[in-house]
Amino acid sequence: MPIALYRIDDRLIHGQVVVGWGQPLELRFIVLVDDEVASSEWEQELYRMGVPPEMSVLFYTVDDAAAHLAELQKRPEPGIVLVGDIGTMGRLVAQADGRIRAVNVGGVHHSPGRVQRLRFVFLTPPEEQGLRDIAAQGVDVSAQDVPSARPVPLGELLTSTTGA
Amino acid sequence: MSTTTDTDVAPATVRAIVAGHGSFATGIISAVDQITGRGSSFLAMSNSGLCLDDIQGTLARAVDDTGARVIFTDLPAGSCTMAVRRMIRARPGVLLVTGINLSLLLDFAMQDAVDPVVAVNAALERGRASMAVYGG
Repeated sequence: MPIALYRIDDRLIHGQVVVGWGQPLELRFIVLVDDEVASSEWEQELYRMGVPPEMSVLFYTVDDAAAHLAELQKRPEPGIVLVGDIGTMGRLVAQADGRIRAVNVGGVHHSPGRVQRLRFVFLTPPEEQGLRDIAAQGVDVSAQDVPSARPVPLGELLTSTTGA
Repeated sequence: MSTTTDTDVAPATVRAIVAGHGSFATGIISAVDQITGRGSSFLAMSNSGLCLDDIQGTLARAVDDTGARVIFTDLPAGSCTMAVRRMIRARPGVLLVTGINLSLLLDFAMQDAVDPVVAVNAALERGRASMAVYGG
């Protein structure tokens, strides 16, 4: 079974991922791609303790995730690839040899310099360009926080000023 | 505090912080207040619209400002729980209790003459024991 979701979420593993997506997709593993977390045993333990026993967590750097992507996509159980920011996903997509077809913008929250596009998406101009660059590689980019919400296509996301 | 943090209660009286998704914290504190009149013992915080760093920073300020030594959160995997676990590494003596329910919080609220950390242990048992299934 292919990876069910490639998600950008600055909270990484949290309620929406474990419960909101995890239960309907019957996720059995999370691939957390973050160079910093991949080098910290403490951070890894923190995230492991946040998931139910039936779910495993793999920690990779971007380079390692790209190298293991083909085998991860062949795993029989459903899983999710999770990154904390647009730049990390951009690097992963660039090294994925076309193996990533869709990217979910799940949560990029407020910080200085970011403009609100949706209730759960705030972007700087470089981050907007980062999403365009991902899409330019043939990847379907949309924003959706939970499975029951409507996926907002990239074009609509980047022109949205409602914060809805 | 950001606009996502409920500061209706007086920080001087705060014995614990409640943090969670959406309106969880304000809702459960409202229920405690309705039942016991002791809602002012708690400070509410929501993770709505905040990134992990902001959640952690807001919680750290709340702990430092109030002197609260107990933090209650709603979900073990939730972003508030993750943020608290990071934050309390630098704050020995601060206790995190996650997966809370109303019975637990009521029991804690009623033990206002007891050290908050000690009160947590009894409240945990009350909270666990309160769940039941009838019929079916």
